[in-house]
Amino acid sequence: MSESVIRFLVGGSLVSLFAIIGDIVRPKSFAGLFGAAPSVALATLGIAWSQHGVAYVEIQARTMILGAIALAVYSAVVCWLLMRCRIRALPATIGAFAVWLAVAFCLYLPMGAGGP
Amino acid sequence: MKVSLSFSSLSNSRWYEYVARFLLGGVATVFTGLVSQQFGPAVGGLFLAMPAIFCASATLIERHEIRRKREAGLEGHRRGQAAAALDSAGAMLGSLAMMLFAATILTLAPSGPVVAFLGSLAVWTIAAVALWNLRLKYRAHQRRG
Repeated sequence: MSESVIRFLVGGSLVSLFAIIGDIVRPKSFAGLFGAAPSVALATLGIAWSQHGVAYVEIQARTMILGAIALAVYSAVVCWLLMRCRIRALPATIGAFAVWLAVAFCLYLPMGAGGP
Repeated sequence: MKVSLSFSSLSNSRWYEYVARFLLGGVATVFTGLVSQQFGPAVGGLFLAMPAIFCASATLIERHEIRRKREAGLEGHRRGQAAAALDSAGAMLGSLAMMLFAATILTLAPSGPVVAFLGSLAVWTIAAVALWNLRLKYRAHQRRG
């Protein structure tokens, strides 16, 4: 089986698992925690570990911290767009992706210049 | 406020919504792998915290709430947006816990993959629940004050 198929199946399964947990827990604000569960990270880092070893995983985990900071900012922006600007969820979540990209790369570029 | 499980809420989702989330999760994982191959592990690491899944979950939550309100004869858009906003507030706390998840992987990596993954997952869970409890207490304090 090709690497992409394995990635697809493992990622899809882990994301579905966390999504189902998010569906069944109450209250809603608690269920929201699972919207930022590290499901894609678990799948990707697991495969990366088996293929490239620990050093590769350490590099990814280091920059994932920056991605997670960007995700926190993104979530706050989406919340604000929904409550203050009354934008629907789909355009708000897609539009705010630009904020995630901007914050992630603004944090990464100063430290990433010397990195791998 | 206590955390509880409600299995009946699974019936709110249509079968194709589960399929869509599986496909989206699979595509997001393949995409992060391609980014790592193309631009290196450091850039790929950023995309491990990409909000691909959150777009789907917030949209589905809004849609479910609107559907529920319409069945009760109400319009439901505003309530749907509020439900999605509550979900994104939860995701904000989840992403702070995700920072600790990544930091724990980094710390425990020399101990091997099993210890690193189980440890970081435990840290994510504990941190997410603790942050959610802190937020509840803060909001209760604000209401009293």
